[in-house]
Amino acid sequence: MHVATSPEFKRNASRALADASLQKALANSRPQFMARRGRAVAALPEFEALRDAARDIKNHTLANLDFYLEAWESKVTAAGGKVHWCPTAEDARAAVLRICQAADARTVTKGKSMIGEEIAINDHLERHGITPVETDLGEYIIQLRHELPSHIIAPAFHLNREDWEDQFRKSHTDLPADRVFHERRDILTEARAKLRERFLAADVGITGANFLIAETGSSVIVTNEGNGDLTQTLPRVHIVLASIEKMVPTLEDCCSLLRVLARSATGQEFSVYTTFSTGARRSGDLDGPGAYHVVVLDNGRSAMLGSEFQEMLRCIRCAACMNHCPVYGAVGGHAYGWVYPGPMGSVLTPALIGVDQAGVLPNASTFCGKCESVCPVKIPLPSLMRHWREREFERHLTPAAARWGLGVWGFVARRPALYRLMTRAAAFTLGWLGRKRGRFTSLPLASGWTAGRDLPAPEGDTFFARYAKAQRRAQA
Amino acid sequence: MSGRETVLNAIRRGLRRGPLPADQAMLLRARLEAHPRQLIPARSRVPHADQIALFIANVEREFGTVARVPGDATVPEAVATYLAAQNLPSEIAIAPHPELQAMPWAERPLLRLREGRAQASDAVSVTHAFAAIAETGTLMLPSAPERPTTLNLLPDTTIVVLKTDRVVGAYEEAWDLLRTERDGMPRNVMLVTGPSRSADIEQALELGAHGPRRLHVVLVEDAAP
Repeated sequence: MHVATSPEFKRNASRALADASLQKALANSRPQFMARRGRAVAALPEFEALRDAARDIKNHTLANLDFYLEAWESKVTAAGGKVHWCPTAEDARAAVLRICQAADARTVTKGKSMIGEEIAINDHLERHGITPVETDLGEYIIQLRHELPSHIIAPAFHLNREDWEDQFRKSHTDLPADRVFHERRDILTEARAKLRERFLAADVGITGANFLIAETGSSVIVTNEGNGDLTQTLPRVHIVLASIEKMVPTLEDCCSLLRVLARSATGQEFSVYTTFSTGARRSGDLDGPGAYHVVVLDNGRSAMLGSEFQEMLRCIRCAACMNHCPVYGAVGGHAYGWVYPGPMGSVLTPALIGVDQAGVLPNASTFCGKCESVCPVKIPLPSLMRHWREREFERHLTPAAARWGLGVWGFVARRPALYRLMTRAAAFTLGWLGRKRGRFTSLPLASGWTAGRDLPAPEGDTFFARYAKAQRRAQA
Repeated sequence: MSGRETVLNAIRRGLRRGPLPADQAMLLRARLEAHPRQLIPARSRVPHADQIALFIANVEREFGTVARVPGDATVPEAVATYLAAQNLPSEIAIAPHPELQAMPWAERPLLRLREGRAQASDAVSVTHAFAAIAETGTLMLPSAPERPTTLNLLPDTTIVVLKTDRVVGAYEEAWDLLRTERDGMPRNVMLVTGPSRSADIEQALELGAHGPRRLHVVLVEDAAP
């Protein structure tokens, strides 16, 4: 598994804030995502009602997940496919390796898969002499740079055009070093040519799955590039990496989710390629893989069922929450330190790698609520982050100073007279001290705030006092 | 314990129950068989002529092109005209579909046709759409011996022949057509909306990522009586 740097979120975030190149990329990409989603949602009057439908479908499926998984498996088997049930990431890595070795695979092409990142399948295959090649354009450059994706649908969110050009010059050494990339299209064309060779040579193709369909035994991928389709069509063997909560009952249910997925993700009405795969090549077919395997992963998800985090399992990985999150927008995805960034990552990561590793992530939130308001399956992300904060506190993982501070605040807040007295005294003192400049650049005990920004000096009385005064005036 | 039992038991432990009681399982099986429709957006609930117009508008909005032709007999001409206008080669990999085979390709001797799946070197393919969905300008291309998947993917230019009576409003209607006309789910069903693209470089849209750069639909009117 990837070594998580989530515990060092604060250090990561400081570095990210000082990284000019990252800040440039974030400033460029984020507004585009938000604007596109806004336009797509405005163009579909039923969007809000579809969010409710999507939520209900996922809730129904999760409540009957064992039934639907079994129904799905019997359909996969009937279509000539095989399901590999994997309780842990290690089981999933072993299953993929077994299939690849049985197929005598030397190279494996890969469509984008977050489960692939979660189980770090590339490292595992490489250690066993099999070469994995990422084919999604964003994933491809991430692989060349030996990085993790910084976004769940736009892996190279953190890179600028210069980074692409530099990396391609470094990696594609068979091409003239002084070649010029006049426009972005030239970068794309070079990658297309390089990867075309890989598609044709691969023995096994590994894709993810946006959905699994119980009615038909299908797995569904959604892409714009067509790389996922080439990955699963050309090699002899197709392996699907999926997790248990990708399940939906029927094609109709899937359509409802697809109607909110692309609009929430890229702001498209529909992705270019939405492809349903069911089993292996049929008799008479002129193309398609000879074998179809689905590696279905639990890895901590079943433990979320029946817990306060069950609602997180509705997530369809559209990335709207991170695209609209002010914290993600400030620090980017790598600061979160593991596979899933942004608000959905702050809820999912502690469940998958432990609150001791990732407990700091649910604290990386302003609780502005934007994530919940754009979530296509209405996951109450801020409430779920709050639950993790409670767990972190209960397990004494919160730093001593913060616990002590919360203790003092709790003591005072339970005694209203004392609370008002102290806030009045503080407002008066700070107001008087800051009466000239109107702000503080440093204050004892408040360096955590003033290190990054000024603290405005209070003007006049406390809120309570002003409110009482206004009430008296209104009655007079 | 097998991985299968471990996962299923863990799910049931989370849900605080054993396997579903038989009556509840029966209800769920009935739901799978009935596959009830959920909310379908109103935009495609319009007369068929308007559905066709909506389909064309959506294909064009997604950077595809559409040519309407009066009948099967004029398809080869439409293909030749398109290729000439785009300065594209006249070698074509074509799906071995009976409806395509019945068209008068011999009248266009400059077009060189090869039936079968696509090869890496093919520049142009012609294939046959099972259905099309007006809601988003989407083609439904299910795999079959007469409709190889590679034709949708490998060539730089894909030309799709579509009959107007196969244009439906919503995805659900296309799935119902497939359920009625095909025996079970095909190995692969592609829903294609426009040509291949990527926005991975600075979120700027570029066409022609790994799949076709051009998607051209030849829309054939119903044979008028």
